[in-house]
Amino acid sequence: MADVKRYPGARVFTALFFVWLYAPILVVIAYSFNENRLASVWTGFSWRWYESALQNRALLDAVKISLTVASVATLIATTVALMAALVLVRGRDVRLRRVSETVVNLPLLLPEIVLAVAVLILFSQIGLQNGMAKLIIAHTAFCIPFAFLPIRARLQGMEPDFEEAAQDLYATPWVAFRRVTLPLIAPGVFAGAMLAFVISMDDFITSNMLNSGGSTTLPVYIFGLIKQGTTPELNAISTLIVLGSLVLATTALILTFRTPSRG
Amino acid sequence: MRNKAIEVRDVAKSFGSFQALKGVSFDIYDNEFFTMLGPSGCGKTTLLRMIAGFEAPTSGSIRLHGRDIGAEPPHKRRVNTVFQSYALFPHMTLEANIAFALENLGWKRDRIRARVAQMLELVHMSQFANRRPAQLSGGQRQRIALARALASEPEVLLLDEPLSALDLKLRQAMRDELRELQRATGITFIFVTHDQEEALDMSDRICVLGAGEVQQIGTPGEVYEDPENRFVADFIGETNFLPAEVIGVEDGRATVRTPLGLVNTYQKGARVGASATLSLRPEKIGLDEQVPEGVERLRGVVSSRNYMGGYTHYTIAVNGVELRVSKRNAVSHSASLEPGRAVELGFRPDSARVLGQ
Amino acid sequence: MRLRDFRLWGLAPAWAIMALTLILPIGIVLLVSLATRGAYGGFDWGLSFDSYAKILFEEDWDGNLAFTPQYLLIIGRTLWLATLTTLICAALALPAAYTIAQAPGRWKPVLIYLVTLPFWVSMIVRVYAWIIILGNDGVIEKTLRGLGLVTDIGSLLFTDGAMLVGLVYSYIPLMILPVFASIEKLDGSLIEASHDLYGSRWVTARRVILPLSLPGVMAGAVLVFVPCLGAVLEPILLGGGKTMLMGNLIQTQFGGGRNWPFGAAIAVTLMVLVMIFLMLNALRARKGAAHG
Repeated sequence: MADVKRYPGARVFTALFFVWLYAPILVVIAYSFNENRLASVWTGFSWRWYESALQNRALLDAVKISLTVASVATLIATTVALMAALVLVRGRDVRLRRVSETVVNLPLLLPEIVLAVAVLILFSQIGLQNGMAKLIIAHTAFCIPFAFLPIRARLQGMEPDFEEAAQDLYATPWVAFRRVTLPLIAPGVFAGAMLAFVISMDDFITSNMLNSGGSTTLPVYIFGLIKQGTTPELNAISTLIVLGSLVLATTALILTFRTPSRG
Repeated sequence: MRNKAIEVRDVAKSFGSFQALKGVSFDIYDNEFFTMLGPSGCGKTTLLRMIAGFEAPTSGSIRLHGRDIGAEPPHKRRVNTVFQSYALFPHMTLEANIAFALENLGWKRDRIRARVAQMLELVHMSQFANRRPAQLSGGQRQRIALARALASEPEVLLLDEPLSALDLKLRQAMRDELRELQRATGITFIFVTHDQEEALDMSDRICVLGAGEVQQIGTPGEVYEDPENRFVADFIGETNFLPAEVIGVEDGRATVRTPLGLVNTYQKGARVGASATLSLRPEKIGLDEQVPEGVERLRGVVSSRNYMGGYTHYTIAVNGVELRVSKRNAVSHSASLEPGRAVELGFRPDSARVLGQ
Repeated sequence: MRLRDFRLWGLAPAWAIMALTLILPIGIVLLVSLATRGAYGGFDWGLSFDSYAKILFEEDWDGNLAFTPQYLLIIGRTLWLATLTTLICAALALPAAYTIAQAPGRWKPVLIYLVTLPFWVSMIVRVYAWIIILGNDGVIEKTLRGLGLVTDIGSLLFTDGAMLVGLVYSYIPLMILPVFASIEKLDGSLIEASHDLYGSRWVTARRVILPLSLPGVMAGAVLVFVPCLGAVLEPILLGGGKTMLMGNLIQTQFGGGRNWPFGAAIAVTLMVLVMIFLMLNALRARKGAAHG
């Protein structure tokens, strides 16, 4: 008897789907080892473009700026999101709960280009000149909902019993948070922080809009390179970024699922 | 005179427009195994959570050993809870779970270690000290939850339906263990359940709650044999309710006219001329040779039969009413009564109760 | 009580950041869209609807306003491509998510991980990959030529089709995850019940599986449609300069201070379109909840 839940062709379709999903990334990786200066003409295997990429000062500067902005924005956004999630999920009789929830998620409800325009005009009006400060402020804002959602999901999935038990066993609210709530929602906090970090690292639209001399982020720098045409070095840089994302995603996955979630 | 551990005074609680508790008052004494029994939604868990400090009464007061604890947050009350879910911290070992309260109370490390060992000993879990809650069975979790809640010697221990998550066999064993533990520690236990059998088995006193009000407080024997009203008689055990017309009332007794004839027995709340109910438990009715001596023998017909193993439940039509009668299956196998058979039945009037409301 | 205070100061930072970096600035964008273009790039405050009129009308040499469809076409193309992207994403995600949900237990997390992985890879790298594939002398062209099928297929890049591929590729994980979440919750016995009641595979797919995975599709549609409306990278890199979408139209107005009030007016238009879409969606969801 055939399994009625199985659809003929569905597996083949899904296999092709995965091929389509990964082929472009694999093509970039393959071309990064092309020895020829013209990206599209394959003449042999070579590491040389990685060497030249790793010696590219402008690239390294962009990486440094991206990492700094992403780290600071993630730290602030995760802290702010954690506090908001605690109030919105656990707080009783919170006034304006629904409005507050919408406000926290606001960046998800608008196309990023609108936010980019908004902060650009804001910064020009208040006369903020510091490129890094502009990036950090804008990135923090749009990272908040990405940090917020996993934390909220984790808190909602956790019975309030544990926190009540802690308070019942003489823990002050702060001790209960530090010793019970925080360890139990840690995977959510971590997932939120990872997501915020990746979103910040990945951002192009806002960073490009705010781009000024000393604050070119990695995606904005790559955008500039692409505009000049495809080169093997660009492929090498892209491959390195793919590698970095892979490591990040895998650590995130492992750490998120490692902690025991229920008692 | 026994000391009062908890005094509940006119405590009312509303959630929005819903009145969970409509002003209840009672005392719980030191060293008592006190059970709050009632159907779901009767307010028993709300009451427990107010004693623990997770909810604040809308009005009224709660005193713990004479001190009003209304404004005290849960972490300042020397009251601990065994949660329905046990709420053992999944990220801590059993040892750490038990030590948690003691650390918060600022005990010295040596004293904590000794106390934790003692508690693990008490619940026979010493060999599991370094395990985590996820590695335990339901019964073991229950024991650790008890050890954790008792470690700091709270003034009162609250238990929120702690047996409901266990399977039937284990539940029976844990009842005895709980009772044992209460005697051994001498701590006042306040136990919340909707299971009347559990309540009858373990409690010194039972507080029957219904619709946000105290229906009756008494020993297990009192609430079963002398129910205060129809609600209690109905909720605890099984019973036959027969319409009764009150003819006379004197000295806690009443004479009523029922489909089974005139009955004179103890009463609660009956008034002459008003209608009342006669409550007659199925096991108080004798069939054929088991009819008590010297009581009126009635004639009836078996209309249905449910064989339950240790018991057989019969429904018997008598004088136009259907009576439920339960008969213990005797030491020597006795013939069961076929539906349609005529039987004789009777009961001692004093085993029935006249209830006004 | 301390907890009571926490309800206020716990939310305060989130409110402060959103108010100062989003709510207030969007107010300013509204004002700028009503300002007039300044002589030297920037803008002069004022109350003028010129920027909105510019979406529909063009001032000719004599100063008369003549209807011009060029910006309406951009808005139309943006809506059309975003809709098409959302539909294609849903069409791809449904069978894929269903197959993943049916996979044996230990494969499921692996497959879900594989679906999410590309999303972690930088957007710009993923879009760039399609330049290599679709571009002049790119992978596709070379493969086809190698097979002797064609000699010159012309550029695949810088077309609406290229943009569409890029958009679908960029946002498909955002559709798969919610669709998977709702298909995974689907009780297998419902499918068996449908077959038991003489439903064929096709009938079961259409009348049982599809309706029950619709909440996931709708959630995914929001996640895909909104960023598509504001897409910037795909139109610039894959669509080339000439095929504009609203996102890069706005971007161009601010790049180099060309025309801020007009850019702001387009941004406000975009925001209004998104709000209409979200409101329709919320209305639908509420109606669905009332029926379910």
